[in-house]
Amino acid sequence: MNDEIREILKGHARLPVDVDSLADDADLYEAGMTSHASVNLMLALEDHFDLEFPDHMLKRSVFESIEAIGRALGELRTEAAA
Amino acid sequence: MSLRVGTDLVFVDTVRGSIRSHAEHYLKRVYTERELEDCQTSNGLDAERLAARFAAKEATMKVLRPRDEGIPLRSIEVRRDPSGWVELELSGPAAALANESGITELALSISHEGDFAAAVVVASCSSGSAATIR
Repeated sequence: MNDEIREILKGHARLPVDVDSLADDADLYEAGMTSHASVNLMLALEDHFDLEFPDHMLKRSVFESIEAIGRALGELRTEAAA
Repeated sequence: MSLRVGTDLVFVDTVRGSIRSHAEHYLKRVYTERELEDCQTSNGLDAERLAARFAAKEATMKVLRPRDEGIPLRSIEVRRDPSGWVELELSGPAAALANESGITELALSISHEGDFAAAVVVASCSSGSAATIR
């Protein structure tokens, strides 16, 4: 899943650094992701994975790293399957 | 009483890009119906006005100072007075956090010119009291 997240980051996060150079736990905001870009990232993730982030997940910590995004997507998929 | 100040700057072209890439998905997740009406012109939605509203929402986040609370952007609404001034209206999680933080009053100023839009929010806080935010 992390590879898919990386591809979405390349297309929507407008990072000033090479996404492939970032570790899974690297802070995307420190890497240059703006708050507006994080919204684009959220929308692209929703489109790609066909899900919707609920209100309680609309916070910085959910989108701060590839690892955190993967964790959130995993939770959403588990909830959807339940 | 104490004060908090938040500011934000948005590159207008990023808003245009979001509208191109995500269209209604972007507009409906970020802006309220009222905000979209206020940004409507005879030529369609004005990206500069939208960018100013996005900046206002982020500047408001900076005075709300969420720790791990989820705050939907639509729970922070910019309302335009017919005279041209703007005010903030909080609802749901944003209003709840403002209350918890003792924020009693919010003041907003927005500006846009060419490529950029900016916003400044000032919050008045009365610690220990439950503020009422409409």
